[in-house]
Amino acid sequence: MRRVVVTGLGLVTPLGADVETVWKNLLAGKSGAGLITKFDTSDQKCKIACEVKPADHEFGFDAGKRVDHKIQRQVDPFIVFGIDAAGQALEDAGLVDMDDDLKTRTGCSIGSGIGGLPGIESESIVLHEKGPGRVSPHFVHGRLINLISGQVSIKYGLMGPNHAVVTACSTGAHSIGDAARMIKDGDADVMLAGGAESTINPLGVAGFAQARALNCSYNDRPTEASRPYDKDRDGFVMGEGAGVVVLEEYEHAKARGAKIYAEVVGYGLSGDAYHVTAPHPEGKGAELAMRMAMRKAGMEPGDIDYVNAHGTSTMADTIELAAVKRVLGDDLSGASMSSTKSAIGHLLGGAGAVETIFCILAIRDQIVPPTLNLHNPDEGTEGVDLVPLKARPRKVRAALNNSFGFGGTNASVIVKALED
Amino acid sequence: MSDTADRVKKIVVEHLGVEADKVTEEASFIDDLGADSLDIVELVMAFEEEFGVEIPDDAAEKISTVSDAIKYIDENKG
Repeated sequence: MRRVVVTGLGLVTPLGADVETVWKNLLAGKSGAGLITKFDTSDQKCKIACEVKPADHEFGFDAGKRVDHKIQRQVDPFIVFGIDAAGQALEDAGLVDMDDDLKTRTGCSIGSGIGGLPGIESESIVLHEKGPGRVSPHFVHGRLINLISGQVSIKYGLMGPNHAVVTACSTGAHSIGDAARMIKDGDADVMLAGGAESTINPLGVAGFAQARALNCSYNDRPTEASRPYDKDRDGFVMGEGAGVVVLEEYEHAKARGAKIYAEVVGYGLSGDAYHVTAPHPEGKGAELAMRMAMRKAGMEPGDIDYVNAHGTSTMADTIELAAVKRVLGDDLSGASMSSTKSAIGHLLGGAGAVETIFCILAIRDQIVPPTLNLHNPDEGTEGVDLVPLKARPRKVRAALNNSFGFGGTNASVIVKALED
Repeated sequence: MSDTADRVKKIVVEHLGVEADKVTEEASFIDDLGADSLDIVELVMAFEEEFGVEIPDDAAEKISTVSDAIKYIDENKG
């Protein structure tokens, strides 16, 4: 059977625009949250978010590093973030210069939950105020979700499968799971897989606030707003950015002497069949996804040392925890579980990929990142290590990432330290 | 250099992300400045906006160099 390993990582997040900076800041307990700077929020209920910082910031993002000026002007920011993260991952894997044969066996599966909402908003205004003759000729392909995969394939000449998942906040996890399957099935030997999002614009913030999903009560204390499992949690804080991994068939990676971070051993998917925004009250869909991933990995409770939770800082946190307990046991069989959304916010379609990268780094460095702002754990959290406030060194052999999305779509991915 | 030429070149530099010294009057948008057909549609829109002229599709199709654009604008602006 073909095995799938991770050989490259790329991150653009509110805590930095490269893997090591993000990880260092995350372990140090820094928060990426603040007042929204991208637009005037005076008439918005929610005034805070975890924005990717500008290039002149201590850990800001320089779009010009990997994305042509012309493309930056034509496409929505989620595509810019995605192209950059994919470039980082390819550089990390040592695969920027591939021969033509490998290029035909290398594909892209980089999705987004929502796509180019800021551009849809601004061009709608152009249409309304100036008429159809002023709408940008780059409007459509600068907003489409599959255009990260499209742009990346054009930039690097990748002619393998070109795919893009759209499953709301499960996108990043589904992208990695689906791409791993493409390698297992022999469709490709190398896949760039992940997700990106950037919807911190008036329409995006208003829409999530109106859906009662967004935190609107910590506008005066932005860094304290994302507080998964805490009694005083009150909705998620929107983040933005991208996470992309290089997945590679194991023998292929070994033959070229690639650095191997971890193996993708489990992937589970399910639907809640319950409600468009609320999770199933008993977390049945979440449980099904985790059980499928565990079964495919051939794992028992006790084999998983770290769970990177979906944990959005909403009422759903404890529903997820109850489901995790049913799968792993009341004490999670010794596993630690944290929500890194407490630090970087909810990256929506990027979340599952970014958080799977955190699982991989937890395995690499044998340390688990913290759940910030967890001062008063909610009922039902007793006896579970939610890694409050501070990162903690510990043994991490395998880690599970949960991602759940609107529509009731669930994905779980398990990564494991490589064993021959 | 005319005022029109300056403003046209500024728009080309901004939209195509090319070095200013490459935007000579003889430069072809596609052959010399890396534009594709959609980039030209966008440039024409930007010229219309900047100079308050209307450039119909059949005229736009004939604009292939920087000087074509300058000439058309100088002849047609109000």
